[in-house]
Amino acid sequence: MSGQSLFARLEPLLPRVRRPVQYVGGEGNSVVKPWESAAVRWCLMYPDAYEVGLPNQGLQILYEILNEQPDVLAERTYSVWPDLEELLREYELPQFTVDAHRAVGDFDLLGVSFSTELGYTNLLTALDLAGIGLHAAERGEDDPLVIAGGHAAFNPEPIATFVDAVVLGDGEQAVLGITDVVRAWKAAGRPGGRVELLARLARRRLVYVPAFFDVTYRADGRIEAVRPNRDDVPARPSKHTLSDLDAWPYPKAPLVPLAETVHERMSVEIFRGCTRGCRFCQAGMITRPVRERNIETVGAMVDAGLRATGFNEVGLLSLSSADHTEIGRIATGLADRYAESKVSLSLPSTRVDAFNVTLANEFSRNGRRSGLTFAPEGGSERLRRVINKMVSAEDLVRTVSTAYAHGWRQVKLYFMCGLPTETDEDVLEIADLVREVIRAGRVASGHRDIRATVSIGGFVPKAHTPFQWAGQAAHEVTDARLKLLRDRVRADREIARAVGFRYHDGRPGIIEGLLARGDRRVGAVIERVWREGGRFDGWNEHFSFGRWAAACAAELEPLDVSLDWYTTRERAEREVLPWDHLDAGLDRDWLWADWQEALRGTELDDCRWTPCYDCGVCPTMGTDTQIGPTGRTLLPIAGVSAGSEAVVRGGAST
Amino acid sequence: MARRPEGPPPPPVVGRVRLRFAKRGRLRFLSHRDVARAFERGLRRAEVPMAYSAGFSPHPRISWVGAAPTGAASEAEYVELALATVVDPAWLRAALDAALPPGLDVLDAVLVSGSGGLADRIDASRWLIRLPTVTEPDLSAAVAELLGRDEVQVERATKDGRRRFDARAAVVLAVCRAENDTCAILELVARHTTPAVRPDDVLTALYVVAGLRPSAPPEPTRLYQGRLLDDGTLADPLAPDRNDAGRLVGRSSA
Repeated sequence: MSGQSLFARLEPLLPRVRRPVQYVGGEGNSVVKPWESAAVRWCLMYPDAYEVGLPNQGLQILYEILNEQPDVLAERTYSVWPDLEELLREYELPQFTVDAHRAVGDFDLLGVSFSTELGYTNLLTALDLAGIGLHAAERGEDDPLVIAGGHAAFNPEPIATFVDAVVLGDGEQAVLGITDVVRAWKAAGRPGGRVELLARLARRRLVYVPAFFDVTYRADGRIEAVRPNRDDVPARPSKHTLSDLDAWPYPKAPLVPLAETVHERMSVEIFRGCTRGCRFCQAGMITRPVRERNIETVGAMVDAGLRATGFNEVGLLSLSSADHTEIGRIATGLADRYAESKVSLSLPSTRVDAFNVTLANEFSRNGRRSGLTFAPEGGSERLRRVINKMVSAEDLVRTVSTAYAHGWRQVKLYFMCGLPTETDEDVLEIADLVREVIRAGRVASGHRDIRATVSIGGFVPKAHTPFQWAGQAAHEVTDARLKLLRDRVRADREIARAVGFRYHDGRPGIIEGLLARGDRRVGAVIERVWREGGRFDGWNEHFSFGRWAAACAAELEPLDVSLDWYTTRERAEREVLPWDHLDAGLDRDWLWADWQEALRGTELDDCRWTPCYDCGVCPTMGTDTQIGPTGRTLLPIAGVSAGSEAVVRGGAST
Repeated sequence: MARRPEGPPPPPVVGRVRLRFAKRGRLRFLSHRDVARAFERGLRRAEVPMAYSAGFSPHPRISWVGAAPTGAASEAEYVELALATVVDPAWLRAALDAALPPGLDVLDAVLVSGSGGLADRIDASRWLIRLPTVTEPDLSAAVAELLGRDEVQVERATKDGRRRFDARAAVVLAVCRAENDTCAILELVARHTTPAVRPDDVLTALYVVAGLRPSAPPEPTRLYQGRLLDDGTLADPLAPDRNDAGRLVGRSSA
């Protein structure tokens, strides 16, 4: 019997695993529907641990939208830790959902959201535990359709053999469209089996079906062509773009976990997309154009979400939240509204300018001013022009001075290492920048005891960005540069004790690079790593570079390609890239031109306040930038706190 | 020039409410921290007028008394809330119960009127432990062996490494019965000692003295907490705060 609860068999195993509460479900606002009442049944997966996956906004949005449909049922599943995996295998229990503890294999669809490529091995664990064939070609008529989505799925080629279909872009309307097609196909008696279902989905431009495309290779290992093998499906599958985010205010009732998770707050996405044009940023390229939620929608979502959850922290999410055209009014309005309550507000992504500090002050009127994060990304002015992060050293010093003067005690500065054209000197300039920041902070705060944390990540070139042609820096190069920088900072007695230094080993970045720009041949590497025990590759304690390197040697070298070939090799303009047949809206010639501009160190302005620079997205996708300001204000909400309307405050930031 | 929070200090505590609540079903896997987080969110959703601590990150003033271990269910957990406005405890009980996830169930609420702290009124627990795969005769034999000893040393992994302590002295009463042929039930009254002797420690002791080892995980439920009386029952810790003070609980089956 399908759809039965497995909890009675699972429960005796739970006292034997770490933190069993993550497997019991029962979250606030979670939904359990009767199995038989649903015409279409979705299982949604975030392929990482529950504590990371539960807060994921994408999954929560789709879960709520699908469950709002009367004849649709959606449940969630997350990666189980190796201790439970071992017990599930021993007691022959399958991968299960946390909502009603049903077997994942019983559902019509398994939708998997990939924020990072390092989740690919976890997909294989889940498929295997679920009893679903690892390869799409092996699956039977009763197996769920396995559909990948999320940012990492914009180059799904490395997992092409493991998934039946891929959704590019925003999922809100796509999942409803897919549901309609599946509902009709089931009602008609499943004509033509799963191949016909996939063809229907592809013809409706809902999904990309890797099996409907063949890849041919040249003798030198490069791709010759990617061509559809059926004439009834679009040759260039394209991304979905949600217009009018105010009409889609999800999640309305966010999940409230019982277990502790990485983000214990109510998140409201205030806009989607970003046109700042940072050349390293895949998210900024694939989510264009900018579409704002207006101040009233944001206010209503915060209010409804807090009532539905009892959270005491609100995060306003986007790729660059201070860029919202009404952010000043939103900040003041929310700070006024919740002045008397114990709700705290945060703006996770910060930009280097003084206005941002004003916003942060507004959000922390009655809160602790512990740390502010700024991301200059590149150490030298030259390198910042290459990556199109338009921040001068003076901007940074002025901004940081403002922050210290307003009582912030610590700043965190985020940089990347291994950027295109980078030299040792570029990285060493981080030390100069930090010295200026500390000096300015000491003047502004009036005391010597201030701190700055320098956090450095390795740059990984991604698909659909101007840097998609770039050679990735070898991990030895990145590690050596970071050691030089650390030694330089440590030797500087003026600042050594004021600076904290955080960076990670460069090797996981190389594997992320392999998966981010890999083609279908990389699938065999993923499978071999998984068979040899690869799990949770995003976690240091589980990641094994040696296992990945050995699998690359075994699977790639017989094909005359290699780990280095996929990562540190620079591509030429006309080389067919594995994702060229997938349309993110970006004009390939524009991406190439922007790459050349990067090498010349030429900056590019944001198209929200300068003329369109023809990246291609709006005309290709039939979309437009949707921004305010609307000129409206946030009205106080009746009953939140009687005192808040009477409080008169100065210093509004607009 | 340190910043201070703007505005007046938080309102004073004008009343306190003590609650008994249950941790049931799959929510037995909640740790104490999970329970505390769920309560803070539930109190906000129910709009209970809590008193808050002062400072930059004000916290609702909640005093916890003991906590059933992760994996153990309970019918008798206790907590005390400090209020900024006096409310009807019956309203509070219902509102908070509705705002908490099913399985965290608020059973009783009383305004504090009696003297003495809640913790001073609790020195023992009564447990019911289901033992699937264990037969009643095996259990009875092992329990008789345990009760015949003066001391049984057991070991448990704690935050600070492995610890050895006596699990026998805390056991005041142990009664066995059969749920069916393949599941025995142990009812246990144990004094609260330091370190606390928990149901799994008593089961470890049964293994030490008689080799009893269930092949399925035991399912412990705390039935009562209170002050241990001479007859082995426990005095209701909320009774002194009620008009009908002195009502006893826990008389059955012992």
